Amino acid sequence: MTVNPDAYFAVATLLFSLGILGVISRRNLLVMYLSIELMLNAVNLILATFSRLHPDEGGTMIALFMIGVIAAEAALFLAVIVQIYRKKHTLDSDAFTELAQGKKL
Amino acid sequence: MSSSLPSLIVLLPFFGAGVMGFVYLFVPAGRNLRRFYVAVGIGTPLLAALLGLIVVGEMLTLPASASIASPLYSWIAIGSFEIDVAFVVDRLSAVMLLVVTLVGSLIHIYAVGYMWDDQGFGKFFAYFNFFLGAMLLLVLANNPILLFIGWELVGLASYLLIGFYHHDTANITAANKAFLLNRVGDFGFVSGLGLLFALQKQSGFDFAAIFAGLGGIDTAMLSLIGLLLFVGAMGKSAQIPLYVWLPDAMAGPTPVSALIHAATMVTAGVYMVARFAPLYNRIPDVGLFIAGIGAASALLAALFASWQNDIKKILAYSTMSQLGYMLIAVGLGEYSNGIFHLAAHAFFKALLFMGAGAVIIALHHEQDIFKMGGLGSRLPAVRRTMLVATLAITGIPIFAGFFSKDAILSYAFASGHTTIWAIGVVVAFLTAYYMFRLYFVVFVAPNHRSSRSRQSPSLTSLPRSMVWPLFVLAAGSIFLGFWNLPEAYGGSTWFSHELHLADHEAHLRFAKEYILDGFNVLVALLGIAIAYRKFVRPSHPLNAPIHRIAWQRALANTLYIDTLYDRLIVRPLRGISNWQDRLIDPKIIDGSLRGLVTLYRGVATQSARLQNGNLRWYALTFLLGVSGISLYLLIAIGGAS
Repeated sequence: MTVNPDAYFAVATLLFSLGILGVISRRNLLVMYLSIELMLNAVNLILATFSRLHPDEGGTMIALFMIGVIAAEAALFLAVIVQIYRKKHTLDSDAFTELAQGKKL
Repeated sequence: MSSSLPSLIVLLPFFGAGVMGFVYLFVPAGRNLRRFYVAVGIGTPLLAALLGLIVVGEMLTLPASASIASPLYSWIAIGSFEIDVAFVVDRLSAVMLLVVTLVGSLIHIYAVGYMWDDQGFGKFFAYFNFFLGAMLLLVLANNPILLFIGWELVGLASYLLIGFYHHDTANITAANKAFLLNRVGDFGFVSGLGLLFALQKQSGFDFAAIFAGLGGIDTAMLSLIGLLLFVGAMGKSAQIPLYVWLPDAMAGPTPVSALIHAATMVTAGVYMVARFAPLYNRIPDVGLFIAGIGAASALLAALFASWQNDIKKILAYSTMSQLGYMLIAVGLGEYSNGIFHLAAHAFFKALLFMGAGAVIIALHHEQDIFKMGGLGSRLPAVRRTMLVATLAITGIPIFAGFFSKDAILSYAFASGHTTIWAIGVVVAFLTAYYMFRLYFVVFVAPNHRSSRSRQSPSLTSLPRSMVWPLFVLAAGSIFLGFWNLPEAYGGSTWFSHELHLADHEAHLRFAKEYILDGFNVLVALLGIAIAYRKFVRPSHPLNAPIHRIAWQRALANTLYIDTLYDRLIVRPLRGISNWQDRLIDPKIIDGSLRGLVTLYRGVATQSARLQNGNLRWYALTFLLGVSGISLYLLIAIGGAS
């Protein structure tokens, strides 16, 4: 079964836009994390699609590596979220503005 | 011919000044230190004088146009153009060398006694030696640039020494005044030098090269150069209109007045004109202008001196008046007579100042002559030497001043400048009057003041070092004239002849010369007689004169010229400075800088607001940025394919 590659691109674009929208509009750090993952997977999808269209397995390989790296990154990210939660007992990203200009640490 | 001695002569006093200055600054004061200062402070001038005598003796064996060069090193070398630091002893600088070192040594010795109790003894001698070095640099320089350096350094030394008693604000003001007025003159001088430099075509800027290349410059430019150079001389030699600093310069210690403001530094202008004789010979109109300024200054100063009461101010105006004579001489082109009067004047004026200093010290720093009186019997040595100097400056025959002054006057007459001659005679009369007024009031007239016990009769006894230099100078004041005995008196004008300057020639028949000289002597005697009548046999008790008539009061206040300068120049300048201080500086210059600072700070504050710590805001701007870049890439690169 062959599917029109435009469909893959459409899905990827949709995923990416959803990710951006999530990062910008949501305040919960976990949801923001999920949105970032969405964007990463959109990129992965595009890489794999191009790899198939252009007969070169390199893109697929990178996508596979990225899945591995993303898994490792997830572990780190979750650990950081746990640490942040311990500090303020909230996951609201707007609560963490210590690095703003004029604020004391 | 070359020799290293002239360089050594210049460097010795500088070396002494450096050593004494160092010791004064870094070694704690003590009694033994004073002996060290005396040894170095007197040693270097004496050594310089000795070396000077050797050099001059050597030079006299050479032909008159020869000179002893002493190149030290090449200072500026641009291609084939060279300016060396080099000294030269020719006939003219030899005279100055001897005057500066011999009179300078005597005044140094005198200063040991005068300054003995002063806290700044070492500092004084450091400055004094520094002055001597600077003056020697000035007179021995072989190019105008080096001369100008000496010219400025003597100005600096003068400034430092006028303000020597710096605890008194008035002295500082006087020092500043001298310094600033000299800057005005120096501006003219350096402009003249610059113009001369710009118009020179040959390589090299020493005097010989300059005079060789004068023919290539047109007369109008030469006149301008001559005038500008003379503006420098006006400042340094205290001539109209830049003379007002000289009377105030008397704020310094008396040896300073004797050495710097009478014998040597103030004569630098005369020396400079004589040094540039080949230049001034080409522009007789400027020479006449110089002589006119000299005559006017001589007359004005003599008038002022006749109405002053401060002993040092009388002598200061007298110095200005005598400098006027010298400038008449060099202006009219009789350079050797001018230089001869300079040398004679150095002796008798230094003597007058030193005598005055002795009186001042003896009377515990009293300077008003009408508070002195009857000192003759109590200071016999000072009285006798002062009398010699007074007779010399008055121009009584056999004393040096007679020959030097009458040579100038009879030349002025012979060359047809009778107006200048007439002014000169009037000045001679006034000189006789005011000098004997000083002498009679201080030494001869009965001492009214002390008889009323207003003044304690005890006089400070004078140290020997303050007395015997007076006798040496007195001997000079008597015998110096015979060096330049005119032919009318059976002499051969040996001095003028040996000086070998580019003099103009004008001769009188002997009979006429006798008449002129006789007339001068009569005029001088008349001045003396009037002074005698007024101050030794006064019709009423001798007190400080109170001037009721307006013109007398005006003269006693030196015609309010200081006030006039104050109103015309100082106050407007101060007004401009204040205006700048209030408006230009804070509002425009500082204001523009502050405006820039405010601008940067505002921009920074506004930009800092972007950094609000809000993660989602960052993400949004990040998105917008990346989108913008992508869009650009799409349009710029994607559009190409």
